[in-house]
Amino acid sequence: MLKRLRENKSAQGTLLIVPTLIFMIGMLIIPLLLTLVVSFGQRSADGGVIYTFSLNNYIRLLGFTTDCPSGVKTCFTSLYMEILWRSLVLGFNTTALDILLAFPLAYFIARARPKWRDTLMFLVLVPMWTNFVIRVYAWMMILRDQGVINSLLGWLAGLIHVPFKPLDMLYTPGAVLVGMVYEFLPFMILPIYTSLEKIDNSLYEAAADLGASPFRTFLRVTLPLSMPGVVAGTILVFVPVMGTFIVSDLLGGSQVILIGNLIENQFLSARDPAFGSAVSLVLMALTIIVTYFYTRKFGFGGEIVA
Amino acid sequence: MSEFAVELRDVVKEFVTPEGNDLAAVNHVTMQIKNGEFFSMLGSSGCGKTTTLRMIAGFEWPTEGEVYIEGDAQGRKPPFLRPVNTVFQSYALFQHMTVFQNVAFGLEMEGAQKGDIKKRVSEALEMVRLTGMDRRYPKQLSGGQQQRVALARSLVKRPKVLLLDEPLGALDLKLRKEMQLELKSLQKEVGITFIYVTHDQGEALTMSDRIAVMSRGKVLQMGSAVEIYERPINRFVADFIGESNFLDGKVKSVKGDQAIVRIPVWDEELAGGLTDRVNVGDEVAVSIRPEKIRLSDKPVPDRNCLEGTVVNSTYTGSDTHVYLDVRGQRLKVWEQNRVSTLDPHAYYQEGQKVWLNLMAENTLVLPKD
Repeated sequence: MLKRLRENKSAQGTLLIVPTLIFMIGMLIIPLLLTLVVSFGQRSADGGVIYTFSLNNYIRLLGFTTDCPSGVKTCFTSLYMEILWRSLVLGFNTTALDILLAFPLAYFIARARPKWRDTLMFLVLVPMWTNFVIRVYAWMMILRDQGVINSLLGWLAGLIHVPFKPLDMLYTPGAVLVGMVYEFLPFMILPIYTSLEKIDNSLYEAAADLGASPFRTFLRVTLPLSMPGVVAGTILVFVPVMGTFIVSDLLGGSQVILIGNLIENQFLSARDPAFGSAVSLVLMALTIIVTYFYTRKFGFGGEIVA
Repeated sequence: MSEFAVELRDVVKEFVTPEGNDLAAVNHVTMQIKNGEFFSMLGSSGCGKTTTLRMIAGFEWPTEGEVYIEGDAQGRKPPFLRPVNTVFQSYALFQHMTVFQNVAFGLEMEGAQKGDIKKRVSEALEMVRLTGMDRRYPKQLSGGQQQRVALARSLVKRPKVLLLDEPLGALDLKLRKEMQLELKSLQKEVGITFIYVTHDQGEALTMSDRIAVMSRGKVLQMGSAVEIYERPINRFVADFIGESNFLDGKVKSVKGDQAIVRIPVWDEELAGGLTDRVNVGDEVAVSIRPEKIRLSDKPVPDRNCLEGTVVNSTYTGSDTHVYLDVRGQRLKVWEQNRVSTLDPHAYYQEGQKVWLNLMAENTLVLPKD
């Protein structure tokens, strides 16, 4: 039995993936299928699910509702579309800002002396040891009316005798953006650093030797060769930003509702798991579509600047 | 226009070691490389040859002294403003570009016209025999082919000087020999000055018009392959280039470029030529190349003959390498197998007694360092 296994390479392969396969089927595939089934159902009076087959939840998400004020049978509300759009825009903005912040830092670390690189990467990762929620709370302390920034500004204003009114920063879309950018920054730095670090120094020298200025070397050599890292970082940032609700909950309050908050609400307060399931699946589809087109465009790390 | 393609005047390059000490990787080097010359810098690793090359390319700047290219002082000019190109040891090909794009890169940076680029790239690829490979990526090529792409990428810019940093180091022996000849004929064809860095003395001897032998940041000797092999300036050079027998001795008398040296092990005096100044009483090394000693069954009259015993003999096809004990001193002799025979005696057997003929004209008296 063991001897036969030793000779059978494909059986060995199958055996090795079995544990993960069982786990993925049990924890991902089956729950996803359940979610799909539930999303076609309807909310029961006690917050359970009545299993039917209707597309009502999806139609509702598009904005058509039977719950109209003036007695019309169906009417349109843009509420859910706005939430989807807001989430998408926030996902794009967070990703873009993270790339802009992470690239120079990753470049700096990758070009630092080898003995410094580990230390610097360690410093990048240290905040990750603190709980996600606690880090968001820290931003509340910084941004609120009596927070760090406002206190500092107030003190400065006091010095030059100017009347000071605290800036409204917490519970704004800006606060959510800052929080998201901060939370997911390491996920962008890490892959970009990895791809930059792999670029051999002789390539920069070869480019310079062939007449490329540092700027053109960056466009023609550094950037294309680091694209795999940027793509990986984008997926690592964009996907969770689209789904998370803690940051918008704490820093956006009721001002900034994202898909994540909508889903959380349906399951926890509105007690409508059927609608929540539909929103979850739409979120998943949206993320897959965006990442699919994105990786198709940039996935090969080829030259993006002609 | 200057007579010299590249000139280094009293160049020093100091690095700070991890321990914080200053280390002179290149120590007061002066050299003049003529237009169209195939010039090699030869030395073991850490001798400063690569650092010297990198200072010409502009990757490093001298701590002291000045590098001139075509008579222009380079100062702290960055590499992309210098009229030289480098072929890197690792080739440094752009993996995300095709062969064509790699070779075209340098021309694009010059702002050449599209049509002109196409023409020149295909010419360059033809020159290195890579026609038809232009759409491949470097990863799809063999080591030798990648090497050629790196060459084409540099040559297509028609540089004044081509710098080559151990470009054949990663190739296997057979391919390396082929590329040596190819590089040499390519250099003749394009007429560009080549500055070639290598630790392989055979490579340097085969290809170069002139060689600079370097050690510990200094140039020990500069000259043609013949000069360096036949007239090494000291024991180190004689030892580094080819093989030689060395006998310790003390100078007894000097007359013109000849010296008489007393050899204590043999309690005997040997005459030899001088390549550098020595004084009476100096401790010197007497050097005799193994192929320049003749073996015979009987002593030859009027020659400096010594009897020895064969310790070991290796047949190598064209030669026989004979290791002998001569009155307590080991000597090696390369005998050419001029006669075709199966007689083992002709290839020197262990314990065989032979006579060694040491000729004064083949004997050199060299300073120890």
